[in-house]
Amino acid sequence: MEAAEIASITQHSGGAIGAAWLMIALPLVGAAVLLLGGRRTDKFGHLLGVLMAVASFVVAALAFVQLLGFAPGERRRGVSLFEFIPGLVDKVGLLVDPLSISFCLLITGVGSLIHVYSIGYMAHDPNRRRFFAYLNLFVAAMLLLVLADNYLALFVGWEGVGLASYLLIGFWQHKPSAATAAKKAFIVNRVGDVGLLIAMFTIFATFHSLTFSGVLDRAGDASQGTLTAIGLLLLVGACGKSAQLPLQSWLLDAMEGPTPVSALIHAATMVTAGVYLIVRSGPIFEGTGTAQLVVTIVGVATLLAGAIIGTAKDDIKKALAGSTMSQIGYMVLAAGVGPAGYAFAIAHLITHGFFKADMFLGAGSVMHAMNDEVDMRKYGGLRKVMPITFATFLVGYLAIIGFPLLSGYFTKDGIIETAMEHSAVLGWLAVLGAGITGFYMSRLVFMTFFGKKRWDAKAHPHESPAVMTVPLLLLSIGSIALGAYLILGNRFMIFLSPAVGAPEHLPEFHPFSAPGLATLALVAIGAAFAWLRYGAAEVPATAPRGSFLTTFARRDLYGDALNEALFMRPGQWLTRLAVFFDNRGVDGLVNGLAASIGGSSGRLRRVQTGFVRSYALSIFVGAAVLVGAWFVVGNL
Amino acid sequence: MGESITFWVLAVVSVAAALGLVFSRRAVYSALMLGLIMISLAVLYAVQDAPFLAAVQIIVYTGAVMMLFLFVLMLVGVDSGDSLVETIRGQRFWAIVAGIGFAVLLGLGVGNAMLAAPKGLAEATAAGNVPSLAEQIFTRHVFAFEVTSALLITAALGAMVLAHRERAEAKPTQKDMSRARFVAFGKTGKNPASLPGPGTYARHNAIDMPALLPDGTVSPLSVNRVLARHEAAEGTLDPEVARLLRQEAASEREASTLAEQVADTKPTKPLEEPFEETVGDTEPLVEEDVK
Amino acid sequence: MTTHYLVLSALLFAIGGVGVLVRRNAIVVFMCVELMLNACNLAFVTFARQNGSLDGQVIAFFVMIVAAAEVVIGLAIIVTIFRTRRSASVDDASLLKH
Repeated sequence: MEAAEIASITQHSGGAIGAAWLMIALPLVGAAVLLLGGRRTDKFGHLLGVLMAVASFVVAALAFVQLLGFAPGERRRGVSLFEFIPGLVDKVGLLVDPLSISFCLLITGVGSLIHVYSIGYMAHDPNRRRFFAYLNLFVAAMLLLVLADNYLALFVGWEGVGLASYLLIGFWQHKPSAATAAKKAFIVNRVGDVGLLIAMFTIFATFHSLTFSGVLDRAGDASQGTLTAIGLLLLVGACGKSAQLPLQSWLLDAMEGPTPVSALIHAATMVTAGVYLIVRSGPIFEGTGTAQLVVTIVGVATLLAGAIIGTAKDDIKKALAGSTMSQIGYMVLAAGVGPAGYAFAIAHLITHGFFKADMFLGAGSVMHAMNDEVDMRKYGGLRKVMPITFATFLVGYLAIIGFPLLSGYFTKDGIIETAMEHSAVLGWLAVLGAGITGFYMSRLVFMTFFGKKRWDAKAHPHESPAVMTVPLLLLSIGSIALGAYLILGNRFMIFLSPAVGAPEHLPEFHPFSAPGLATLALVAIGAAFAWLRYGAAEVPATAPRGSFLTTFARRDLYGDALNEALFMRPGQWLTRLAVFFDNRGVDGLVNGLAASIGGSSGRLRRVQTGFVRSYALSIFVGAAVLVGAWFVVGNL
Repeated sequence: MGESITFWVLAVVSVAAALGLVFSRRAVYSALMLGLIMISLAVLYAVQDAPFLAAVQIIVYTGAVMMLFLFVLMLVGVDSGDSLVETIRGQRFWAIVAGIGFAVLLGLGVGNAMLAAPKGLAEATAAGNVPSLAEQIFTRHVFAFEVTSALLITAALGAMVLAHRERAEAKPTQKDMSRARFVAFGKTGKNPASLPGPGTYARHNAIDMPALLPDGTVSPLSVNRVLARHEAAEGTLDPEVARLLRQEAASEREASTLAEQVADTKPTKPLEEPFEETVGDTEPLVEEDVK
Repeated sequence: MTTHYLVLSALLFAIGGVGVLVRRNAIVVFMCVELMLNACNLAFVTFARQNGSLDGQVIAFFVMIVAAAEVVIGLAIIVTIFRTRRSASVDDASLLKH
């Protein structure tokens, strides 16, 4: 097949695609009803939330089916909604194309399953209605982000996602740690947002437009330097949302939110936004090798950092969070490679959405059974009491480490092969990351489900209700089959090509390539090592002190320490300096001026004695001086 | 020649009187000095072909204005001599410096001016001084003249309004006043009867001699204080009367200090203070006599 | 001769001014003001003769009228102040500074 160009956008109105705005509007209405309706909606709030998410999924599915009906070159359909500021964004509209519809299906599909799961998980929470309102808001914002046909509307969705994530991470705001984590996520995201904003300013200054069609079709017109600047600024935005180095620090703390939130943020929605932004802005990155190089370096660095952090965490959710960082790193790496990697990035994103949601919800199920205990050292031997959770978790686990024929095997292998073609160093580092993944995910599974029981005395683990296990089953089906379906025969790459383009030579899937075999070997070694340490051997109830490296990993690679040293402390000093300057400098000047005026007028006031004769004296002296002046002038 | 003599005499008199006006301690003397200046100036007006103004000067100033001054002086207290101690720092020094400077500068300026010989008013007052003035006032200056009439009416009304005291209560009758006198007697022992006339048991019939009480002592109440002060200054006051008066003044001062503390106002003591001052001068004599 | 009158006028005016400044009895202060006005009148009358015009005398006449009105009002004010404050000293009426 020839190298496919990005197809032009066909205006469209009618059918499910014409009603694509419903995808956004339905969850938004749900959120509005639940938030404004107050306690009256407590009884049916969760059902309404689920209904809206599912309805949105139905619209997305119908739009997808309708989209498949068009010839591949006509699969970019624009839906204009309303006129907006002329010259900035003439018409705000939606763009339904293979890329955005893939995201829509993932967001609404996995999102719906998480909604259903949340009914059971949040059953005992008095604020369940509010929780569903935020979930709906989150889904709506994320859909706006991926469906927008211009950067401005994308930014609105982008900020909406930031807001909803803040509300959800801090949902249990009575916990100080949750409130702090929410603030941290919000602030770190603002750093990325500033990057995105400046990128938008630069884009508008360069192309005089913010619509995708107006910008991306003319990306070649701009100079190399401008494109690099825009690309790097977009990358800053992507780093903020996708928790890439150096803006990764919020992700681990974000685990303070309820577990379904973690699943939603880490699997289906928020963190994928950065990958989406890079892929969507592909033409800009393709025009500048520098930006692409930086993207791949960030991706590789993050995938290794996330994996290393994952190895040291005893908190099951934080270990999973580390793995999320790592997997997003893979996606960013692939996205940085160019058209050859886009399809793998998105495919891995989708399969990751399934198996990571599967594992997060599974972890939530475990925590639900263990009285919200998150320390894996107090788990052990759970496979017998929670068979369904164990089975589904096992599927997710095998998928993420790239067990042959499961989803992750195909998508991750695709990314590694692509990276290897691009640069051998990046490729082998990605292979190494896969090996570490094999170790820490095995460690997690062994510590949780195998070995001896190390439960607390009060713990009475039990299998979760059907409302929680059914979504797990559905997600595990996706984790098993989706990868093979998408990758084999380059199905997904061809499907995406109208939206993002395609490489000149479609890659072929080699089951026994050198990198593939090396990956498998490393993963096997990592898993075996984990079995030796955590499966066969006794797991100590308290974490051993460990080496310098362990501490390094436990402390999130000193990311927080670095942030504190580089930004927080100087920021505090700056604040103190500003306060000092304000108190002493500005206030001092103003107060000093006031005091000097007060003092001098106090002295000047003494001139006003109130004695008539003093005033008369000054008049008389003045008259005498006048006469003298007249005399002097008259005699000149 | 005649004019020169008149001028030089009157100039010396008026400058001397002006200095006396400024530096005399008694306001009445000042008023008399002012009257003298005004009369001198009236003569100088007459010399300078302004007979009408000379007449007006005499009638209005010396007649009306001076009488008003004296009247108010009596009202305020004719014996309220001005304390000559300056309270504002530097005021007197700078006032004299400015005054001398002003006079010297103005005098030099006027003296150096080259003036032609006076034209004289013979031409302007061909019809006589008063008719010519009348013609000016009632033709060219008639508007100003009418305005001054309005001014005078306003001034008369203003003076009435200012000097008028609104009574807050009914005017005390003779009965009320009598009752008040006896209340005061009950409280302070103040004599409710009228003061003894001077000279009732007197060996002299002069009003400056104190009355003698039936036991032969003098009654200080019977002596007009102004006269007593005068005599104290002259050294001719009866020592016994002086002592009694001083005692009374002291007790009155105490009472008024008390009243001052209570009322927190600043009452002036126009009567006793000057007396104290002057009696103080003769103290050694009085002390000696008492011994 | 005119110069002599004018110098006399200046001298009287200056003495009156000093009197206003050094005396504290309001009535005496007032008299000094009258002295200054009279000194001016003398200058007016002198200039009338010097210039052969009656205007000086007319103005002197008006000055007298205004001075009379002023004395009436001024003395009324002094009496009023004395009645309330029992004092005719101009230094006592210094409340305006507060």
